[in-house]
Amino acid sequence: MATLSVCQPQLGGFSFENCKRNAVLEAEVTKLGCNVPSARKTGTTICGVVFKDGIVLGADTRATEGMIVADKNCSKIHYISPNIYCCGAGTAADTEMTTQIISSNLELHSLSTSRLPRVATANRMLKQMLFRYQGHIGAALVLGGVDCNGPHLYSIYPHGSTDKLPYVTMGSGSLAAMAVFEDRYKQDMEEEDAKRLVRDAIAAGIFNDLGSGSNIDLCVITKGRVDYLRPHDMANKKGVRSQRLIRPVYAYKQGTTGVLTKSVIKLDLEVVEETVQTMDTS
Amino acid sequence: QNTRGLRSQLKDSVPVTGMGQQVGAYGVQDTLRSGFSSVKNELLPSHALELSEKNFQLNQDKMNFSNLRNIQGLHAPLKLQMEYRAARQIQRLPFLQSSHLALDTLKGNDESISFEDILNDPSQSEMVGEPHIMMEYKLGLM
Repeated sequence: MATLSVCQPQLGGFSFENCKRNAVLEAEVTKLGCNVPSARKTGTTICGVVFKDGIVLGADTRATEGMIVADKNCSKIHYISPNIYCCGAGTAADTEMTTQIISSNLELHSLSTSRLPRVATANRMLKQMLFRYQGHIGAALVLGGVDCNGPHLYSIYPHGSTDKLPYVTMGSGSLAAMAVFEDRYKQDMEEEDAKRLVRDAIAAGIFNDLGSGSNIDLCVITKGRVDYLRPHDMANKKGVRSQRLIRPVYAYKQGTTGVLTKSVIKLDLEVVEETVQTMDTS
Repeated sequence: QNTRGLRSQLKDSVPVTGMGQQVGAYGVQDTLRSGFSSVKNELLPSHALELSEKNFQLNQDKMNFSNLRNIQGLHAPLKLQMEYRAARQIQRLPFLQSSHLALDTLKGNDESISFEDILNDPSQSEMVGEPHIMMEYKLGLM
């Protein structure tokens, strides 16, 4: 950064000034045997399914940082527009910022066209942005919503490829969830069946994948209504401690100890001296 | 087929060889303004996206203008580029922040948000350019 004199005005956006320095630092650190801090990921199970009237999106709620759980209850279903929601897997910051940028862009676009935004628009914006950054933005997304043409579900990979499918899964637990989908998916399901299917798929990911865990969040999107169920199901509830261990009870019941004799002696107190001290309240 | 005439738009883009080597008078490297340099540093970009991001806006414009020329004929990109050039002239001096309002409206950037608006905002940069040197550089006197 310490240039001798700045000739051209600085532009906004990504700055690659520190990349060489970072590469040198990383080489030095690995030579010493330490680890470079890693980005927080959402090793995840996310999935979505199209049912008769709309979309059900599901996600687990664990965020990991290497081998440690960084967030036990993070929210992976992001708002894009009133009728479109997006689940994000991959680097947590990337999914968060990408969905927020696309949400802002969609809002501006819908204000300019004065129409409800379409899922295909969000999909196109996301895929163009992710391709522009050639996969360096690690965001794998499941985008779903209901617009004037009906319910749509897309899966978007970090390098910018997209798929439009009736059921999709992403993340490290995607294989477990896809196994459940492949077994039980039917076309034109009812809402309750779809919710149960997504819940079971996410539960399969939670119990069979180390990177997914904690609770199951669901988001049901139909024409004119969005149900954001957080948490829908607490699959891993920590045990409830018994009350006695939290706050030990020292008061014993009446009759614990047997009473042999009882005598009452009244103390006669007489007033000896009475003084009044006034306070100085000036 | 008709992209021959648009090659002139690429003169500002940075080619792959020769990364940011500031060449001063007489073709010698400009140690006064850009500091000491090493061949290894200047040969390759420090990040895979550095070059593509530097040229991104230029490449987008080139693609859009060439499409426009193929669809509507030569007058459309010519007229637009004339308007861009006019809007680019009504800015503040280089060391001050200009709002680029007219240019943004013409390009359609007023209806979109991207990383250029969020990260590394030039109005919040920690370094202030030296006014005299920036003006001389802009006018080509230096």
